[in-house]
Formats: sequence, C-alpha cells, structure tokens
Amino acid sequence: MPIARDDVAHLARLSRLALAEDELDHLAPQLDEIIAAVARVQEVAAEGIPPTSHAVPLVNVFREDTVVPCLDAETVLSQAPAVEQQRFRVPRILAED
Amino acid sequence: MPDSVGRGGGVRTSRALVGYDEAVSRYDPLIGLETHVELGTRTKLFCGCPATFGGEPNTHVCPVCLGLPGSLPVPSRAAIEYTIRIGLALNCSIAEWCRFARKNYFYPDMPKNFQISQYDEPLCTDGWLEVTLGDEAGPDGAPRTFRVGIERVHLEEDTGKSQHMGGATGRIHGADYSLVDYNRAGIALVEIVTKPVEGTGPLAPDVAHAYVKELRDLLRSLGVSDVRMEEGSLRCDVNTSLSPRGSGRWGTRTETKNVNSLRSVQRAVHSEIERQAAVHDAGERVIQETRHFHEDSGITTSGRSKEEAQDYRYFPEPDLVPLAPPRDWVEQIRASLPELPAARGARLQEAWGITAAEMTIIGNAGALDLIEQTIAAGASPADASKWWLNELARRANDTGAELADLPITPADVAAIAALVGSGALNDRLARQVIEGVLAGEGTPDEVVAARGLAVVSDDAALNAAVDEAIAANPDVAGKIRGGKVAAAATLVGAVMKATRGQADASRVRELILARLTDS
Amino acid sequence: MAELFRMSAAEIAAAVRDGEASAAEVTDAHLARIEQVDPQVRAFLHVAADQAREAARAVDRRRAAGEELGPLAGVPLALKDVFTTKDMPTTCGSAILGDWLPPYDATITRRLREAGVVILGKTNMDEFAMGSSTENSAFGPSHNPWDLGRVPGGSSGGSSAAVAAHEAPLGIGTDTGGSIRQPGAVCGVVGVKPTYGGNSRYGVVAFASSLDTPGPLARTVLDAALLHEVMSGHDPCDATSIDAPVPPVVAAARQADVGGMTIGVVPEFTGEGFQPGVLARFGEAVELLESLGAKVTEVSCPHFSYALPAYYLIAPSECSSNLARFDAMRYGIRVGDDGTHSAEEVMALTRAQGFGAEVKRRIMLGTYALSSGYYDAYYGKAQQVRTLIIRDFEAAFDRVDVLISPTTPTTAFPLGERVDDPMAMYLADLCTIPSDLAGNAALSVPCGLSPEDGLPVGLQIMAPVLADDRMYRVGAAVEAALDARRGYPLLNDAKGLA
Repeated sequence: MPIARDDVAHLARLSRLALAEDELDHLAPQLDEIIAAVARVQEVAAEGIPPTSHAVPLVNVFREDTVVPCLDAETVLSQAPAVEQQRFRVPRILAED
Repeated sequence: MPDSVGRGGGVRTSRALVGYDEAVSRYDPLIGLETHVELGTRTKLFCGCPATFGGEPNTHVCPVCLGLPGSLPVPSRAAIEYTIRIGLALNCSIAEWCRFARKNYFYPDMPKNFQISQYDEPLCTDGWLEVTLGDEAGPDGAPRTFRVGIERVHLEEDTGKSQHMGGATGRIHGADYSLVDYNRAGIALVEIVTKPVEGTGPLAPDVAHAYVKELRDLLRSLGVSDVRMEEGSLRCDVNTSLSPRGSGRWGTRTETKNVNSLRSVQRAVHSEIERQAAVHDAGERVIQETRHFHEDSGITTSGRSKEEAQDYRYFPEPDLVPLAPPRDWVEQIRASLPELPAARGARLQEAWGITAAEMTIIGNAGALDLIEQTIAAGASPADASKWWLNELARRANDTGAELADLPITPADVAAIAALVGSGALNDRLARQVIEGVLAGEGTPDEVVAARGLAVVSDDAALNAAVDEAIAANPDVAGKIRGGKVAAAATLVGAVMKATRGQADASRVRELILARLTDS
Repeated sequence: MAELFRMSAAEIAAAVRDGEASAAEVTDAHLARIEQVDPQVRAFLHVAADQAREAARAVDRRRAAGEELGPLAGVPLALKDVFTTKDMPTTCGSAILGDWLPPYDATITRRLREAGVVILGKTNMDEFAMGSSTENSAFGPSHNPWDLGRVPGGSSGGSSAAVAAHEAPLGIGTDTGGSIRQPGAVCGVVGVKPTYGGNSRYGVVAFASSLDTPGPLARTVLDAALLHEVMSGHDPCDATSIDAPVPPVVAAARQADVGGMTIGVVPEFTGEGFQPGVLARFGEAVELLESLGAKVTEVSCPHFSYALPAYYLIAPSECSSNLARFDAMRYGIRVGDDGTHSAEEVMALTRAQGFGAEVKRRIMLGTYALSSGYYDAYYGKAQQVRTLIIRDFEAAFDRVDVLISPTTPTTAFPLGERVDDPMAMYLADLCTIPSDLAGNAALSVPCGLSPEDGLPVGLQIMAPVLADDRMYRVGAAVEAALDARRGYPLLNDAKGLA
C-alpha cells in the first residue's frame, strides 16, 4: 500500500518529530519506497510459523530482591536541561496520559 | 451539572437530574474494575533501587529506572513470585510461557517513553473472587455474595510523579511547568482486571466497594503489599456502563480514574450511574472517555476522550527473555499461600460461635487479626470482641487511627480481660488500664501497679466506706430497711465514688444488704 | 622491535609483559599516530589522552609491583561511541545527546578497564548505529585508510578505520545488521559478531535490542580472539546475556586449521548484484579452503533473501521504541523551551533538530510497522521470517560446520554515493543480516583485494550459536595462508594515508 505525504506527516506526529515541510517532502517518497521494499516479507509462505522475538531461547532470567546503591541526586540532575527543587523541570504538560 | 464542569468549558446541557433509585429502576449497570497494586518487594521491578514510599526527590534512582541510554532491565524474582501468589489466590491459571511487552507512549514522568508491561500474554488469567456485601442481606437473611470474575493479573512498572507548578490550582491544566521526581518510577505494579460484573442491579456500587475491600484484605493477607490507598499503593479505575432494562444492549462505557478510597469506589459508581442515566434519558450518547472522580464533590468529570483510541504499539520486550514459571515452582507457591480471608472468616466464625453479621462487623472494623490474636493470648471470644469493638474502637475513632495502629497489643488486651475475669479489676478500672497502656505507661500490670488500681474486696476496708455511705444517706438506708432492696444501688454508687471505683461492687452490695436487712 | 603502533595486540601485550616496552610508551606511540593521521581518517570523536596515559601507567605500576598482567594489559583500544563511559562523553554519533556524560560505565567498558586495556577514546559511528558508512554521524564521516574518498563502512566505521590506520591495534564495535563485519571487510581488517548474548549489552546505547551485539575489530584473527575473550561472558545486568562459558576462541585462532571441516557456500549470496572482483576473491577463498583440507559444499538457505526486508521491519520497530527516551526531559539537548511550547512540542522540536534523516526514517518506519492495523502484516510477518531464517541455519548446520559468503556485495563505495539513497545503502548489509536475525556468530576476515579498485574484500564465516570458535579456526587458517602467500600483511598495501 503506497504511503502518502499525509500518512508520513501522521507518522511524524506519532513519533514526536516536528518535521519541516521540506523535510516531509523529502522523506515521504523515501519512506514509500522503503515500505514497498520491506513489504516483500508478505510474499513468504509463513502460515503456522511461530514468530521469533528472541533469537536465543532463554527463559526465566531473574534478579534477587536485594537493594543496591542508587545514584546520588546531584549526579542524576547534573545532566538535566533544567532542574528545580531537586526535580527535573519540564515544560507544561498538555494532556494526561 | 456534572458535565458542565468538564474541561474546556464543554457545552452545557439541559439534562434532567436522575436520582439513583430511579436510575437503577430503569437501567441495569455493568461495572468492571482495574486495580493497580504496588508490590511490597524490597527493590523496584527491574533494578535494585529501594521500592520504599517517598524519599528525597530523585534519590531512589539508577540508570535503569531513569531509563538512561544503554541501561537494561532485569526482573526481580520476588515480583514474579508475588504476582503468581496473587494470581493463585484469585483462582487464576498461571501462564506456562509469557512475555513482557512494551507499551509505547510519550509522557514526561515515564523515563523511557514506554512502559514495560504485559499485553496479550498476562502472567495470570481467568480467576474469580467471591465478595460479601456486609450490609445487604439476601432473601434468606444471609449476607449476599457475588462472584467477581478476574480477567487477568499482570505485572508492570510504575511511572514517576509530576508536580504541576504555577497557574492557579497546582493541577495540570493551567500550570506553567512541571517538576518530575522519578523515585516511584520502576516500582513493581500489579494490575488486576475484572471481567465485566453483570447482574448486580442497584447493588453495583456496593459490589464494587466490597470487591475492592475484599481484594485489599486478600492482598494484605498474602503479604505482597501494604495496600495503603492513601499512599497510592492501591489505585482503582472503575468502568461503568448502563443497559436500558430489557433492551439487551449495553451503552458505551466510561473509565473513572484515580478512585483512591473504598468509599470513593462506591460513590464513583453511584455518581456515574446517575450521570449516565441522565445522558440516556436525554436521548444522548455516552462518550467513551476517561473521567476523573472528585473526592470533595463526589462526582466525576470528563478527562481525555477516547474517541480516537490511542495506539500503544505494543510489541514483545526484546530486553527481557520470556517467563516460563516451572510448574513445581507454581505449586510450591500455591502450597505456601496463607489461609485466605474468606476461608479464615468462615473458620473463625464457627470457632467463636458468632453470627455472620457479627463477623462482618469485626471485618469492617479491621479487628479480625487483633481479636484472633487476643483469643490466642487467652481471652474468650466474647471478651476479645467486647474490648476491641467497643472501648478500643471508640478510642481509635477519637484519634482517627486504625485499630491495628493503637499502641496496645492483643496480649495486653488479653491480660486486661484476665484481670477482669479474676475480679482483680472491674470494667471501669480496666478502662483506666487501657488508657494507661495507650498513654505509654507500660504493660497492663505496670499500669495497675503505678496507678494503684485494684478492686478493693477486703471487708474491713469496705465496711468503713459502707458505714459512711449509710450515715450520709439515712433516707436511702431507711428505704432499704423498709424492703426496697433496689435502692441499694444508690449506696453502692456512693461507696464506689468514695473508693474511686476500686471497690468490688458486688461485695459492697452484699455488705450493705447485710447491714440493713435480715437476710 | 617494529614501530610500536604497527605491532599486533598480541605482540604489544607480550612486549609489555616482558618489559620490552612500557604501556605508557605504547600509549604515547598510538596517541602520536592518532595526532598524525586522524585529521585525515577522522576515526575518533573524542581522544582521551590523559585517561589513556593514566590507564597505561597503572598497568606499568602493576607490572612493577610484580602482579600478573592479563592477556591484553597495556594494549590500546578504540571504543565505539555507543558504549557508556563515566569519564568521556557518549554521543552515539548524534547531536541529540549534547555533552551527555553517562554516570556509569558499560559492562564491557568496565571489563576493558579491569583487564588493563587502554581506551584511547571514542570512535565515530553512524548515528545510533544506523548506517553502513559513518556518513550518518552528526559529526561528519570517517574516511577509509585505503582511499580517503571512500567510506570506512558502518556503523562501526570509526573503529574499523582506526584499526586499519594503525591508530589502535584493537577496536570495539556493535553489530546489529553487519555493523562490525561490513566496516571490517571494507577496511581490510577482521570484524567479529559474536553469538548474540555472548557479550553484554549493558551500557550499549540500544538501536535494536534483539539484534545489537558488541564485538571486536582487529588486524589479526588472533587479536580479535584475545579481545573476544576479554570482553565476553555472562553479565547479570543483561537479561539476554547467556550464562555459559565463552567459546575457546583464542585456542581456535591459534589452531588455524580447517582439516576435516565441512564448509557450506550459501548460493543465495554469490549471484546478481555482487561486484565481480568480490566474487573472484570469494571463489579463490573457497579453493584455498579446499586446498587446506576442508570439504566445501553448497547449502541453500532459501529464506536468506527475505532477511533484508525482515530486518528493515524488526530493527526500525525496536529502534522507534528504544529512541523514544531521547525527549529533552532528563538529559541531552532541549529545543524550544521558551515558555511558549508545551512538553510535547519541546519533545518534537528537539527530536526534529537532534536526530538526523536516517534515524527519522527508521523511527517513522518502525512506528508504522508496529501500528495496530499493520502489525501483523509487517512486524508480525517479519518475526515469522526470522523463524524461517533460524530454521535455514539449523538445517545448514546439520550438514556443515560453518557457512561462508562474501561479507559485502561490493568494496568500499565513494563517500556521498549512497547517502541519500537509503535502499542502496541498505544493500551493503545483504549478507551480514541473516546472522543478526538468527543470533548466531559470524566473522569477516580479509581475503584479498578486488582487482577493479584495489580495495579489500571480506570473507564471511558463519558459525552456530555458541560455536564462535569454529569461525576463528577457519578465519585464522585463511589469514595464515594468504599472509604466507603474499609475504606481508594485507594492510601494508593500504596507500590512502598521505
């Protein structure tokens, strides 16, 4: 299925990418071409074939419930763009969830 | 009114208010509950940071729970085990093989902008919990019970906490900016989802309340969480929809978020039934949306509309390998389950020889453990119940404390009951002993000694007080001599007052009658 | 003794151990070499001269104190800038991280330090390891020491170029679709993708979690094996790390003998679209292996031709989620926080400015493939193809000990040639992707120069999961035979540096 410029604009919004118009113009046909190419997987006869999410089949890897030292707040916050009251300061949040 | 307070100055409607009784006379409610419980594991779900409540901001964090680039999650065995415990206690099947999944959405309090959760492969599925409505008797006079189906129990990580700054209200809307603390991020959270609960009729709010209460008690008895709703370690979302009676079709459901006390669960369902009935009556359509419950007004207001369902783009978490709990482990966990509240309630009710209604009162007071332990320490069931449900419940109520938080132990209460039983104390003195123990004056014996509290039954000491009372009340004495034995109570009271309550009242009465009558 | 910077890691380690050279001298020689050639190669994003010298002095002190030194103590190394380092910035070749200084070391970083390996600095890479040329680096491309007008491959092109230019005897890269083997092949060095789970990913900034595999780059197979053993092994901080002994790769590299082995040629990777010179050298390598006593047979892997499309669904899907955390809230740059924009807008503005075009393409592609309406047709189908590729490998390894193919369809291509043609760029990983999807081990060893352009050609050797040692045996045998035939190391023919 071809991907229109509007679809790419929608994908950009979902991906939290504020793309400029000329960037959209440039990326849209490329994505269309890539998606057409990767759609080749649909040619494969795969009925009844289980999907693989993890190539090496491990199960049940756990950690014991033991407290280990945390980072100190100063180190953590030293990398933040903005800090206030020992918290990360972020711009106003529009929607809940 | 409710809808007019929605965000963005939503359109005011001229719906007629519908009272609850009227609403449930024409509509059948359908409810469902999603409950999030913070597990009481020592560490967070995927890292070794402490999972304790609070703490200085951003001090319980590490590269993993901060989602720093390059960090990787490793699940805690204890969290998996706790989840299986919950699943087994809720009569669920435990998955033989399942995976964590990523739930993708952007939000500043979520460090990775995805939440590690479970999607179509939950750890526990298809169980039930039987709940008892304390106040509502069925046709046969026994308390009514409902079996609430459990759809799934799964494990996920909690988010950080945002504090909204500036603006008028400190709430998210109108705030200038927000401050985020990630101490809570990554704490293990179990989500318990019920199947839709049908057939409750007007009892829907009570069933919702009883379910959350029963679940809370169950979780507490399993030792998997401290379940403190006020600290947010148990949080409820309530789904509600209505069906016009006999129509056979269900209206759109709403999801009421952040219902964070037992009473609020009841009120939220109650309020949402009324609101939806008014919407239906006005010929309008209930909108699929998230609603927020307000503790102060008891109503719900519109949150985010779910018209355009959010696509979380779930996919199997590649950083975590699948879970395949070995069957012998599951059976070992099953064998280690404590006696569950319902079974225990039935057993104790029989052992103590009390009625279901009395048992419900004990349960509602949160006194079951305390009474059981008091009995184990030697008190009779009647005495143990009496002290906890009357004097101690009153004092807890006065101070706003939970019974269990009072600084008195079941052993103390049993000791006090024993002192009363032996005649060393009477009820009035016993209350003084309780007061002393609660005030931190020591054990009951120490309080008795320090305060010099003891029933005086020594005749020589009492005779003097009796003589004084007769001398001071010649009229009353005359009446008794004239055969009005009941009047002796007045003299007993006088003696008790004179001895500051320490006299053995029954002995005092005997001495008075011996003086004034021939018997 | 040869110039210190031309020595192999094994030789340097022996010299340091025997007191013939101090670790400090070795480090200084490499820092001087970097100063001399890196302005042309641009392999490094950050040279940590002070920390490197201090690490070297610590090794010398340990030796002076009579402590036993590990097999790579005092050997300099070029670390791809995707591994977190407490004392150096970590950029992942991206602008979005700004001057982020990680508060923790990657497990592999820590193991290197503990082994006395001297980390010279952090090397250039395609942004977040997405690319085959290093041209997707926000800091400009690295250059191939064979021809400065050509790419060094990618995404670990900085490390492969550094090793090929003798700026470091060892490099570390990460391989998600071929990002160690392909740059190794086009720079004429050895590049190894170990078994997935054999090397810790803790502290490796994720591109595609189910594929990302750290591994060594070196000028000799033995050096790669020595580094392999130092960096590998179970890590409790990585749930996908395999709790099993590291395969005996050093012993295998020393054995360097293919007598009695059965080797399968994958016919799907020898036909159309391959540069004739690449196929010619590959054909000679097959004859060489037969002459060394291996039995060579053809083994078809029919689903390998679907590996590329499956990969370009799975890797972008995982990347769209992994890279969501770069949102300007906790670290890195922040754009548009002027009081007029919401958090949501600041995230989108920052990501639009901070990410390059390829990363944006892949994030959007992954977002598309995971969307509920398309999941089954794209992501789900790709995961099924992944199963079929694993089965192809299993069937093949029932018949042969290892599989071989050219590592890349072409030699190093000119800078700029494919930079805005994503599909052409993606073809560079055609032969390397199947092993990433299946998680098995694979190694690229130089097998000569392509006659058309005089540029190196890589021979890829693929081994089953946790049988990494087999490919070292084969690679070392090929290397030894070709070096003997030539009479000197292949890299002596690299004439790109002025």
